[in-house]
Amino acid sequence: MFEIGLSHYLTVAAALFTIGILGIFINRKNVIVILMSIELMLLAVNINLVAFSVALGDLMGQIFTLFVLTVAAAEAAIGLAILVVYFRNRGTIEVEDINLMKG
Amino acid sequence: MTQIPDLLPALPEIFLAIAGMALLMLGAFKGDGATRLVAYLTVMSFVIAGFLLLVVVETPAETFNGMFVADDFAVFMKILALLGSAFAVIMSQRFIEREQMARIEFPVLFLFATLGMMMMISAGDLLSLYLGLELQSLSLYVVAAFRRDTVRSSEAGLKYFVLGALSSGMLLYGASLVYGFTGTTSFSGLAEAFAGGGEVGIGLILGIVFVSAGLAFKVSAVPFHMWTPDVYEGAPTPVTAFFAVAPKIAAIALFVRVMIEPFGELVQQWQQIVLAISILSMILGAYAAINQTNIKRLMAYSSIGHVGYALMGLAAGSEAGVRGVLVYMAIYLAMNVGTFACILCMRVNGRMVEGINDLSGLSRTHPLMALVLAVFMFSMAGIPPLAGFFAKLQVFLAAIDAGLITLAVIGGLTSVVGAFYYIRIIKLMYFDDPVESFDRPIGNDMTLVLTGTGLFTAFFFLFPAPIVDAAARAAASLFAG
Repeated sequence: MFEIGLSHYLTVAAALFTIGILGIFINRKNVIVILMSIELMLLAVNINLVAFSVALGDLMGQIFTLFVLTVAAAEAAIGLAILVVYFRNRGTIEVEDINLMKG
Repeated sequence: MTQIPDLLPALPEIFLAIAGMALLMLGAFKGDGATRLVAYLTVMSFVIAGFLLLVVVETPAETFNGMFVADDFAVFMKILALLGSAFAVIMSQRFIEREQMARIEFPVLFLFATLGMMMMISAGDLLSLYLGLELQSLSLYVVAAFRRDTVRSSEAGLKYFVLGALSSGMLLYGASLVYGFTGTTSFSGLAEAFAGGGEVGIGLILGIVFVSAGLAFKVSAVPFHMWTPDVYEGAPTPVTAFFAVAPKIAAIALFVRVMIEPFGELVQQWQQIVLAISILSMILGAYAAINQTNIKRLMAYSSIGHVGYALMGLAAGSEAGVRGVLVYMAIYLAMNVGTFACILCMRVNGRMVEGINDLSGLSRTHPLMALVLAVFMFSMAGIPPLAGFFAKLQVFLAAIDAGLITLAVIGGLTSVVGAFYYIRIIKLMYFDDPVESFDRPIGNDMTLVLTGTGLFTAFFFLFPAPIVDAAARAAASLFAG
């Protein structure tokens, strides 16, 4: 019988995290996609923490996960609020249009 | 039977949290007309928190199962963060009233950001580190976008949010790996786990790299600096003055604590990382600022350079190095607060101007302000006997003691390059023909801030002992634990 062990969870989490980072950097379309990518990164971290927590038999990881979930919700709310303000001013949320200041 | 944790070491933070909520209630009942009152009360809360920190809190102490640490290092850095925030609130008051952005949330957000900074400075666990960092960052995202009716401010907020969230994600991923490969998240537990020496696995190294990358984002060190110039330029000027000082001090404090306390045994592993970002920050800070025409952007690159110098002390990894970082941050606070007070006075016919050329001939229209700004610029360039020279001297000496001669030489060279753009501002003020004069009067609050920081910067060399001694005690407390 095929066992799903710690390394499988870590691989999934690493893949999700990489997709999240690539989503921020490669994405050229829409800021909403960036917000989703950020959520994906945080969820990858959560998978990591829970997998480690179970493997180690230590509760700290799961407590950490609950805090991360809470903060992620607050972060998404603030991100969307800033996005709405930006859209009202600019009328677009295309990534390529966010170029008023060159950095 | 659960035990109530000892609340005394965290008393300043608890007080600030309650004060923040009370002020929010006050504002909700009184409306935006009470902004000035709320701002004064915010500054008062900072003063009381500083008083509690110095008088009531006994060091060293830890509470909440080691999640919260109060040592001399934390006290020193918290006082700096409180000072920076208090100056920022004082300087912003007239600005937000003039620019129709006087809302009661503005000073309260500064207060919550400061609370987050104090929590991250005192963090004794990866979890409390993360929560403090997020409380600070979430408040800062909002104040960056506070000017809701301008595109530049909201764009600054959006950029800061995206890159800040990315850095939090990386920090968190690193924290999860560190937790997984050591089985603990507390700093003292991690230090114990590494104390035996032995082989350090690749997963753990990866975790440390991710954590340091996340922290480098927060201190805006190269190669994670790209948000800094845009956010500094786009955010309202008093917010930029806040960003340049208090959060940077808190992030440097966090960086130092994480590297020295839990990962102190792994100096060989992280020294190269810190070395590399320090060198890159110094070089970029020196060269990229040369072409700037906007003074807020120039200050952004200047602050990247300063972070590079401060990290030089951390790269040394020694007690002298950490003392150098602490002294550097104290002097950086005075220089930057003063410079931003000058920038906030740059108004022509009731409109803010931000071009460097607008400073032309300032010595004839505002001789005193030109003198003070010249002091700050000379000090940032590191000309003796001003304060900035001693700040650089401390970290350079620590780096040389630790055998990092190359780093010190590069630091010396980049500070010569950096001197070019600082001295260009002095040349504009003293040798060029005046353009339109800035509005008068600049106000009592600005005069007070400028006099205080100017005197400190100019005459630090006469009385360096109190700050250097306090920094030495703080550095010693970090290495004792």
